[in-house]
Amino acid sequence: MSAEGIPERKRLFAPGHRGCAGCGSAALAAKFTLQATGENVIVASPTCCLEIIATPYPESAWKVPWIHSLFENAAAVASGIEVALKALGRANEAKVVCIGGDGGSLDIGLQAISGAFERGNRITYICYDNEAYMNTGVQRSGSTPYDASTTTSPSGKVSFGNPTNKKNACGIFVAHGITYCATASTAYAKDYIEKVKVAIENQPSFIHLHAPCCTGWGFDSSKSIEVGRLAVETGLWPIYEIRNGQITKVRKIRDRKPVEEYLRMQGRFRHLFDGEKGKEEIKKIQAMADENAKRYGLDEKEGE
Amino acid sequence: MIKVVEGSYAVAHAVKMCRTNVVSAYPITPQTHIVEDLAKFVADGEMKSEFVNVESEHSAMSVCVGASATGARTYSATTSQGLALMFEVLFNASGMRLPIVMTAVNRAISAPLSIWNDQQDSISARDCGWIQLYAEDVQEAHDMVIQAYKIAEDRDVLLPVMVCMDGFLLTHIFEPVNLASQEDVDAFLPPFRPEFYLTTKDPKTFGAFAEPDKYMEFRYMHYEAMERAKGKIVKVAREFSARFKRFKGGLIDEYKTDGADVIIVTMGSVIGTIKDAIDREKKAGLLKIRSYRPFPKDEVRKALADAKNVVVLEKDISIGMEGALFTDLKAALYRSGGRPRRPKCSGLIFGLGGRDFSGKDISNIIKKVRTGKELESFFGLRRELL
Repeated sequence: MSAEGIPERKRLFAPGHRGCAGCGSAALAAKFTLQATGENVIVASPTCCLEIIATPYPESAWKVPWIHSLFENAAAVASGIEVALKALGRANEAKVVCIGGDGGSLDIGLQAISGAFERGNRITYICYDNEAYMNTGVQRSGSTPYDASTTTSPSGKVSFGNPTNKKNACGIFVAHGITYCATASTAYAKDYIEKVKVAIENQPSFIHLHAPCCTGWGFDSSKSIEVGRLAVETGLWPIYEIRNGQITKVRKIRDRKPVEEYLRMQGRFRHLFDGEKGKEEIKKIQAMADENAKRYGLDEKEGE
Repeated sequence: MIKVVEGSYAVAHAVKMCRTNVVSAYPITPQTHIVEDLAKFVADGEMKSEFVNVESEHSAMSVCVGASATGARTYSATTSQGLALMFEVLFNASGMRLPIVMTAVNRAISAPLSIWNDQQDSISARDCGWIQLYAEDVQEAHDMVIQAYKIAEDRDVLLPVMVCMDGFLLTHIFEPVNLASQEDVDAFLPPFRPEFYLTTKDPKTFGAFAEPDKYMEFRYMHYEAMERAKGKIVKVAREFSARFKRFKGGLIDEYKTDGADVIIVTMGSVIGTIKDAIDREKKAGLLKIRSYRPFPKDEVRKALADAKNVVVLEKDISIGMEGALFTDLKAALYRSGGRPRRPKCSGLIFGLGGRDFSGKDISNIIKKVRTGKELESFFGLRRELL
């Protein structure tokens, strides 16, 4: 597949990995990232779907140097790679990039990323966010959205699922004074690839990549891109870019869609459509989208 | 060049002389002086290294993992709680066969909180797949760093090495130390040139996962490398001795064990105290375990072949069993081929949390052993506090 007409020059993330059919998450994240970086990159990943689908010994889908150490330390490992390249006079050999899931990045790996960014290590950290611990069977993470039913935040007679909002990762990392920070979606490959190119030239940098997971979110494997786009078109996943602390670019939405269209497609939100109380919950989620629209100026005005 | 320096300084000096590329550490008492000295060397331009101040010991060892996998010679130092926090990364570094060298300053583990010396921290990390060498004095802590890189980076070994030194008792003491010269270290220790490392010139995958049909073989190869390390530790000690004209190394040391009816077995800084006491006693000897992992089973058996009484002194305890060294030592003796020789073995836990221990205590222990009375397993316990 070539995404949005981008020629797949060389498959640096090889096909044949063990990702789920229709994976809009780890598999697309890796593929698009390497399309952007080319060969001159060293990648570090935490334990995550990507690690599991791509490197069952002795196979590897990675045609660039790649390392996995543990769950919470990818940013520290990447820092080590970066300083080693410097110490060995090989700083121009490669850009150092981390790619990891939301659990390994924003929960258990948050401290290591904070350390790397605070030190100013020249790395790009990409979190592909499939909004739960998918690899272990869809447990809630700090990046699971409000009301999503997961195996550790199940909906039930007295619960609508996850009671908290997604962690604002960009807010946290921008506060570290990093040069470049952006949100993106695997459903908008061209935008993401452009952002990776900018990010690796402006390190330290962070990209929060929304990454639909058909298995964990409960939608048909042919709908990954559609679901990803709806997250953006409803305003639930705003796409923007922050350079040196200032928002410099926002993806505008013409005729923002109601969140219901996004929620209805996914099994994890099915319980919201069961009764009157669910409607109230959907209203709350709509209010979050409206707040995003206001905060980031998402709505395209007449004549824009 | 012999200079009176602090133990921590001697270790930092050795790290500098090894032309270590990347140092990453998190400050924790009593490891701090080592990393402070290294930071100063770098700040003064005396040491061309990347010094990475991290936000935790977990990240310190993770930085070493990334740097070592990229082909850099790496160093860290920690102690106690820091070593415990690193625990997960210790297994990972050794499993990936990365020749990282670390000084494990020995300190008690909380609770209760104690910054003082015992060896519970590194003993608890004995199964992490690292080589563990225990230093008797400052000179040895210094010499062992230089030897550690040569052992670790040997392609038949490729294992990380922990050089263990007693906190405060060695790190903060001033002693005359023969500080290695750059010329000698360069002649002894070749540059680190790994066969496989992270490079775009030859992309490799590091840290793949292994299914049940392959995992066990990795562990076996790790075990085999540790077995091979025994020979290398001895070989490197000989090479070191040839260049530096002093012998500090190898798996064990024996002191006056010939014809001794009581042999004390121990590790670390208490050895100097014991040697002094033994010099005043007749027919008492000392077996020093320098390499705790790999454990020198054959050498221990041989050294204790004629022993009647063996007393293991150690600053750790496997709660629910006994001192870890005591267990290991008895296992080594039990496995003797042919006629099993079974000296009377006593295990003594002493000095936990920095409790003082003197040469007089040693003399009393030796006397009591000779009476045939059972020794109490906790030496110096203050029963009035229980």
